[in-house]
Amino acid sequence: MEQNRIDPTTVLGWGVDANPQNNPTYPMRDISRDTKGGLDWQRPALQPQTVELLQSTEHNRRTAVFGTSSPPRGVSGAIRRRAFHASEGKWSHWLMLLAADRIDVVEGIGEDLVHGKIPNIPAEMGLPSEVRHNLSGLLTKVAVAGAVGFLVAAVVRRNRHEPNMLPDQWPQTYVPGENRGALAAERSPRF
Amino acid sequence: MLAMDYRGPYRVRIENKPIPEILHPEDAIVRVTRSCICGSDLHLYHGMVPDTRVGMTFGHEFTGIVEEVGPEVRNLKVGDHVLVPFNIACGKCTFCKQGLFGNCHESNSEATAVGGIFGYSHTAGGYDGGQAEYVRVPYADVGPTVIPSTMDVDDAVLLTDVVPTGYQAAEMGGIQPGDTVVIFGAGPIGIMAARCAWLFGAGRVIVIDHLEYRLDFARQYGPAEVYNFRSIEDPVYFIKKITDSLGADVCIDAVGGDAAGSLFHSILGTKLKWEAGAATALHWAINSVKKGGIVSIVGVYGPTGNMIPIGNVVNKGITIRANQASVKRLLPRLIEHIEAGRIRPKDLITHRVPLEEIADAYHIFSAKLDGCIKPVLVPPSFRG
Repeated sequence: MEQNRIDPTTVLGWGVDANPQNNPTYPMRDISRDTKGGLDWQRPALQPQTVELLQSTEHNRRTAVFGTSSPPRGVSGAIRRRAFHASEGKWSHWLMLLAADRIDVVEGIGEDLVHGKIPNIPAEMGLPSEVRHNLSGLLTKVAVAGAVGFLVAAVVRRNRHEPNMLPDQWPQTYVPGENRGALAAERSPRF
Repeated sequence: MLAMDYRGPYRVRIENKPIPEILHPEDAIVRVTRSCICGSDLHLYHGMVPDTRVGMTFGHEFTGIVEEVGPEVRNLKVGDHVLVPFNIACGKCTFCKQGLFGNCHESNSEATAVGGIFGYSHTAGGYDGGQAEYVRVPYADVGPTVIPSTMDVDDAVLLTDVVPTGYQAAEMGGIQPGDTVVIFGAGPIGIMAARCAWLFGAGRVIVIDHLEYRLDFARQYGPAEVYNFRSIEDPVYFIKKITDSLGADVCIDAVGGDAAGSLFHSILGTKLKWEAGAATALHWAINSVKKGGIVSIVGVYGPTGNMIPIGNVVNKGITIRANQASVKRLLPRLIEHIEAGRIRPKDLITHRVPLEEIADAYHIFSAKLDGCIKPVLVPPSFRG
């Protein structure tokens, strides 16, 4: 099972960056360029705030620059604002953000429809490339999904209809206990 | 301009968006010449990173031509062709001064847990990224670096993340001459870490994955001994057996939260999101490293938490080293390696895809179709 070992001396560049001093199992922190007084560096100019910005409670001031992509909106935005009341150390902070992300997806579809755009979800999920490179896999997935869907539909249909059968509609070969749907009808007659 | 548009987990499309503007005196606007899809973009694409908002443009690996600069930009001029590190760094805070450009304290208001990163959710600052025709680049005097005239742009774009992250993974391993280094993950980062482990003097480099085509590539490119964990069944047991039961000197987690190999972690981490991703590779790394060894983590996990055998970390006296790559710090040395032929980044590129076909590119990379290792997106104006 074990493969042949590679002779390191045959590898181009072997050992050119070897540094015995870089041994973190015996750490020595270099504090020569550390700051001594907290946030004491000369700050860059501050970016004007043109969009709503959510700020971590663990920052005591806004950073000098920030991104302006996709400001909070709608219900997801409300959840995000709430999430930022909790520190990054709280699970609730991150779980609320994940929940907001999922709601944002629904809002995104709604936004598309409002703008008269029907999202081409198969194309957005790369279906054409799946057809090109993995057609057999795709067909297998479709077949499995179809079979599971058919089974689920059959079970649902059976459970929905059989309890409503009248006794004279029962199968002539009916054996008590063999057919759960019919048995349920027998125990709770609806007539 | 054309730009990638995130619509939800597993859904992206191309959209027309406004060209970004200068918002800060140290900004530049860059016209993208190349951008990549990174393995860590897949964590966003799979909906694993909190505060990933619909409408955002991803992309933290890109090169481009400077189109416009803010009034305080001194080192760049319009027309420069630059590679842009994925970290957004001010160059002035206590962390940047120590070379920790991946941990800048002036680029991400929305979290202290991570510095600003282009196109990597609002948890990393809410910046639109480079999978577009134009990008706003803050702190343009700090990160962006003019591409040497002799360097191919396809090499340069991989200097924005893949090469430095792979190199730093090996560097953080504190590899001593003759060490056995095990790398979990044969994606672009793992392959690059294998290549760089030799530069630090490793005596043996082993790569573990389950995708044969990637293992074949790693075997040649590293070079490396490669093993499929589906074949060896228990990677930890296997590594102990081939190291006289001691374990590896250094283990590198180059996978992160999208790991395969453990149904338990996959369900909890990637399906239910009860963990911050499936920590399977990290679990293996901790258990495979020798007592007193080093685990280097460059795989990306979410900010909540993961189930890992922390007791074994204590009892074995393991040192864990991890960080986002400090691209700016590493660039000068990495450029030397490329010029000397010791690292050949563009060999990793398997797919060059028009920007307009971004949905297909994401799906091919995510589903590991068509032998994909590294896809590069090319905007319309830079296609030959």
